[in-house]
Amino acid sequence: MFRGAPHRRITVRRVLLYLALVTCAAVMLFPFLWTVITSITPEGTLANGPTLLVKDPTLNAYRTLFATLPMWRIVINSFAIAMASVALQLITGSMAGYAFARLSFRGRSVVFGAYLATLMVPLQVLVVPLFIEMKLLSLQDTYFSLLAPSMASALGVFLLKQAIEAVPRELDEAAVIDGASHLRIFTKVIVPLIKPSLATVTILAFMASWNSFLWPLVVIRSPELMTLPLGLSALHGEYTTAWDVVMAGSVVSIVPIAVVFVLAQRHIVAGLAHTGIK
Amino acid sequence: MTPTPASFAAARGSDTNNVITVSAHRDPGRGDRHSRQEDTRLHSHGARRMRPGRRGSGWRNAGWVLVFLLPSAVPLLLFTVIPMLASIWVSLTKWNLISAPTFVAFNNYRRLLTDPTTLDYFLHTGAYIVGYLPLVYIGGLSLAYVLDKKLVARSFFRAAVFLPVITSWVVVALVWQWLLNPAHGVVNTVLGALGLGQPGWWTDPNWAMPSIILASAWKDLGFVMIIMLAGLQSIPGDVQEAATVDGATGWQRFRRVTWPMLSPSTFFVVVISLINGLQVFDQVFVMTGGGPQGATQVVVGQIYNLTFRYGRAGDAAALSWILFVVILAITAGQLAGQRRWVTHA
Repeated sequence: MFRGAPHRRITVRRVLLYLALVTCAAVMLFPFLWTVITSITPEGTLANGPTLLVKDPTLNAYRTLFATLPMWRIVINSFAIAMASVALQLITGSMAGYAFARLSFRGRSVVFGAYLATLMVPLQVLVVPLFIEMKLLSLQDTYFSLLAPSMASALGVFLLKQAIEAVPRELDEAAVIDGASHLRIFTKVIVPLIKPSLATVTILAFMASWNSFLWPLVVIRSPELMTLPLGLSALHGEYTTAWDVVMAGSVVSIVPIAVVFVLAQRHIVAGLAHTGIK
Repeated sequence: MTPTPASFAAARGSDTNNVITVSAHRDPGRGDRHSRQEDTRLHSHGARRMRPGRRGSGWRNAGWVLVFLLPSAVPLLLFTVIPMLASIWVSLTKWNLISAPTFVAFNNYRRLLTDPTTLDYFLHTGAYIVGYLPLVYIGGLSLAYVLDKKLVARSFFRAAVFLPVITSWVVVALVWQWLLNPAHGVVNTVLGALGLGQPGWWTDPNWAMPSIILASAWKDLGFVMIIMLAGLQSIPGDVQEAATVDGATGWQRFRRVTWPMLSPSTFFVVVISLINGLQVFDQVFVMTGGGPQGATQVVVGQIYNLTFRYGRAGDAAALSWILFVVILAITAGQLAGQRRWVTHA
């Protein structure tokens, strides 16, 4: 255990520190382990109290889960909506960021102020009228309605404007001399240079969409259009006591995002840390 | 607890000016302007005329502004600004979402503000924040402090703490409802084996809010840790060294040097936690649905119920604006107070 740090003496303090850390990691990870264990425990034995070593593990809960809800569809929905929202926010945000950072026009600061003002309005204020708006446009219970409130985010515009302002202007000017248009400067010069901020916006937008619950709960009725949080809560309502099925659903919704996390851990952590640094 | 747009705006918006000053220092500032002058000298004046952003102040530029702004302006206008304005109007009506709304002026606000149960929803929300914030802050700070040191398997420990952050609230709520199940849950089984009391957790009015707080702290601990880690890593090493040279002990160094220098990160965590906490909904809706006996009904839960259970859209809109004003007031108080304790604010 201490091979990695041979120059350090093994002190009582250090042993206690590692013990504390191992306990902490165990507490953080145990709920995940327990979720998996419960999902493979035969339904009848759950009431006998929990056991770490499952006798006769079974995949019945997963069978029930996939028979009750269109789970594949729901997982794909969640990914598709999250990725569409990310793509839209990257495009709309970086373009608006370019306009605010590089194009001078009358009323620019007023318009930017109006963008920032939309950040201050919490979703709860919007939910009722947005729902009514979707109803009036006959768009409720559609993919579009899921996506509508997250097509553009002023937060993304703000972060990307900051990033574009940090790109030296000479680079644009060199392109102008070569006869490039704004669209060319934007795509060929600016976008490649603001990748770290694009990554931050990607993570924030993805997690916001992946976690989103209140809006889908309000606007979606059909099981085929559900996202994972909504599907799980519907399952929970239906099977209040079938914990093996509910935990199987939880496993199905944790695994894809955990895979994404393991693959992109460094970017995710760096992207989130970036938001807290002034 | 990842920053929602609203919380982020509050935590960062106030010092928008600071941010801009900083980046102006860092980048397009003086040196840049200097080289631009050289540019004009070196290349013909044609280059100056064609500089992006200055070029053609007339219609051609307006065209570009529209091209770059419309993709974001249209959805923001349709799905944020218009609903927001509509919400003000809805809050002044009596409306069950089915028949035509009738204008009632400020009656909804008056009724909500004089109804004692409205205060209850805010108190429940406040109780959530009071329990949650110290847990995630002290836990996240301690973990960040320890995991900032060179340790074996450091990245494993960091990942273990961070994993719940990427798990959605609904999953967190379901998993904890099962862990804290009064009859067959693993927590009560262990407590029973140890001969300790077995609370009814989310089925007991007195234990329901602590259950929600526990689940929420588990999820957000890793996020707070990452923010505090980023703060720790931005503290220059020589400051610590100077304190050590001056004979400061480990605790003194933390208490007098490190922690005060973390105050911007602390401020960020406190502001975001308060704003997100005031809007708490998902985990409450799934774990308790506001029960038992209304013991955990929070403000947003009530907004949801008013609209979709009781068909009182006007009251719901009014309550959401009352919540908005409370959030705004608390955040403004935070921002006003930050000069007294946040370094470099």
